[in-house]
Amino acid sequence: MSPDEARSQLDAQVRETIQWHFSPETGCPFWLDWAKTAGWDPRQEIKGYEDIIKFPHFQDEWLRDEKNERFVPNAYKYRPFNVFETGGTTGLPKQRVGWDDYKHDYEQFSDTLSDEFFPRGGNWIMVGPTGPRRLRLAVEHLANHRGGSCYFVDLDPRWVKKLILRKEYDQAERYQAHVMEQAVEIIKHRDIKCIFTTPKLLASIGERISIPSHGLRGCFCGGTSMTPEYVRFLQEEVLEDKAQFVPTYGNTLMGLAVSIPEELKQNQYSVTYYAPQPRAVLRIVDADNTEITKDYGEYGRVELTTLTKEFFMPRFLERDEAIRRKPHAKYPWDGVGDVRPFGAMTKTVIEGVY
Amino acid sequence: MSAPHIPILRQGRVYKSLDVQTVNRLGSTEAAAEISFACADMIKYDLQKMGQARAILKAMKSEDLIEITKKAGEIFLHDDLPIGVDGALQSPEDYVLSLAATSGLPHSLIRMNMKRLGGIFGQIDTIFRGLTRGLDIAVLDKGYGEQGGSPVSFSASTNELAVILPSNSPAVNALWIPSIAMKVPVLLKPGREEPWTPWRVIQAFIKAGCPPEAFSLYPTQHDGSGVIIRRAGRVMLFGDDSTVKQYEHDPRIEVHGTGYSKLLIGEDEIENWRDYVDTIVESISANSGRSCICTSTVVVPKYGDEIAKVVAQRLAEIKPLAQDDPEARLSGFANPKFAEWINEAVESGLKSGGATDVTAEFREGERFQERDGMNYLQPTLVRCQSFDQDLAIREFLFPFASVVECPQSEMLDKIGPSLVVTAITRDMDWINQLFDCATIDRLNIGNVPTNRIQWDQPHEGNLFEFLYTRRSFQIALSA
Repeated sequence: MSPDEARSQLDAQVRETIQWHFSPETGCPFWLDWAKTAGWDPRQEIKGYEDIIKFPHFQDEWLRDEKNERFVPNAYKYRPFNVFETGGTTGLPKQRVGWDDYKHDYEQFSDTLSDEFFPRGGNWIMVGPTGPRRLRLAVEHLANHRGGSCYFVDLDPRWVKKLILRKEYDQAERYQAHVMEQAVEIIKHRDIKCIFTTPKLLASIGERISIPSHGLRGCFCGGTSMTPEYVRFLQEEVLEDKAQFVPTYGNTLMGLAVSIPEELKQNQYSVTYYAPQPRAVLRIVDADNTEITKDYGEYGRVELTTLTKEFFMPRFLERDEAIRRKPHAKYPWDGVGDVRPFGAMTKTVIEGVY
Repeated sequence: MSAPHIPILRQGRVYKSLDVQTVNRLGSTEAAAEISFACADMIKYDLQKMGQARAILKAMKSEDLIEITKKAGEIFLHDDLPIGVDGALQSPEDYVLSLAATSGLPHSLIRMNMKRLGGIFGQIDTIFRGLTRGLDIAVLDKGYGEQGGSPVSFSASTNELAVILPSNSPAVNALWIPSIAMKVPVLLKPGREEPWTPWRVIQAFIKAGCPPEAFSLYPTQHDGSGVIIRRAGRVMLFGDDSTVKQYEHDPRIEVHGTGYSKLLIGEDEIENWRDYVDTIVESISANSGRSCICTSTVVVPKYGDEIAKVVAQRLAEIKPLAQDDPEARLSGFANPKFAEWINEAVESGLKSGGATDVTAEFREGERFQERDGMNYLQPTLVRCQSFDQDLAIREFLFPFASVVECPQSEMLDKIGPSLVVTAITRDMDWINQLFDCATIDRLNIGNVPTNRIQWDQPHEGNLFEFLYTRRSFQIALSA
């Protein structure tokens, strides 16, 4: 696919999504009510992705304050929905409703995985936040989709964040050790080939056992930002350059932005992520004037637009910043590189705690 | 010379990180060094393998390590040594210039500190004897032996001595140098502006024949330091009173904090106070007043005003000069904000009443000065009416002290914890009380500046006892 073809595909997805969410038969109460007060009809004015800028930024409070039923498209109103949560250190966490998106997202992601490192039929283990998160179902679906089963070890990041805020580092380490003990026991005694975990937990497992020596060949990782040096450490030392490290960037609201693991080393371990276009789009914007897209090679704030029949979310400002990177032959649209917490250079952000 | 790249050393193995930070020359945007930064998890991994480094040192003869240490001292002082990763060499003069460029220390003070460090290497056998109370060093090779006719056995309590180094005082590297002869590898976290001294000491040891595996150097961020503190077997770190308090019950950690060192003159010697002015001035101002062994309080039974005036006059002669001026004795601040904060703290103490800045009358200009793009604080002597005044017992990173009058009989109750006390007296009753005073760490009797210390005696803890545990043992005759 050429960049132009990718752009046409995206524009078509935008038109289709807008038609769906703003038509009374298929749209959801939230967007239909919004359109009534907006003073313009998105179905008439949104012709492609460039027009998305006419929408205001999607506010994360809406996912906290609005009832979930208001985001249910009329076309799905007789189907029970899944409720997925994000973050949530204090108060009510953000919630998103969903049906099949996670399956589509992870099947699409599965197509990018190497059969050599993520063998078909191989079992998986997920070590990380499960509970009300989309990941819990998504990783199991991924394992099943590739013909394997999935083991789980849970970690509650909300508790870890509280411990860190209270400076109870010893408790945080003890909790992590408790999680690790469970993970290591399963890895040692079950036939597991692939793992999903967070970078810190991966390093922590590697402190206790040699990961590749226990049969693991592929590691799909996500959850927090990683510096190039940290990615290098994970690939070369934790995975001993024997298992493949596959960093991803994503959340409950987007799906998965993928990287190109086989090119990590030649890129000095600077990771570029490509959104699962056309279902979601990432744009690097000027933090002070978000209508402006930053130039290639520049840092800016990450803006996410999600475009599926289950969920329409225009111009959501992520709490991250990243470098705008050029399209790749494999993914002919903009990438986002060296993601880090927004404002990381000017303030302390509790991130990457698990 | 272009800015060298200071890499991470992982048991002697050079590792160039992708996380590189630049340290500029003070007051300039020109890079003085590029520094590889280690991530915290890498340090966790490496700490697990420190047993390998310890095994290498353990297999060597202590006698040989003593000789290597002595040789390393000469090399440190006189040789060109590798700097960075590109095969460049650093002469002793290059070292002085590099350290001056990032730390704000005048060349003369750096040379003085170099000499002091050189002395530590050279006196290693005396230091070992002093710290072990005469133990035959071969006992560390065999694991057991005799001392004073009794059987003794010592085992290392750790595979590494980790040191979180500050940026403001190269001489603190003296604290870890003897660890090598004691067969315990070191893991150093350099201060951001001062990678130069630990790097050069390490290179000197390696050139002298020490196995490189004995040395790990991790420039790292706060989380990396946290890992070192939480996980290393033995840790030395430098901090203020709150840091000391935080770790006071952790036997793995030795915090080198404020010293609150004091100079006391007894009633029997106070009439001769003019004979001790040189000692007082040196005690306050040596090493630009930055050491915990510098006097921060002078306690006298009378003549407080007269003593303060004469000492202040002498201290006021110490001025900010060009870094390469051989007469320079005052350091600039690598972090310019520090000078402002400290100055504000002194001013606030003065405003609270009961204290007078006696130096103000003699010095040129304000206490806070800017010169050549650096901030300086001119020496300050305050006359405090009592120990209740805020500034009576305070320690700052520049030549600062208070003079307080107090009857000799009350001095030991008032002075509080003191790293060094110099007591100028011949009064045997009082000397006996001084020896009995539990809050004095190091005691000098007579006309000895507080900053002159013998390294064969414990300094804020005994390094040998920190690194080794004496175990009980018996060997059956039939064995």
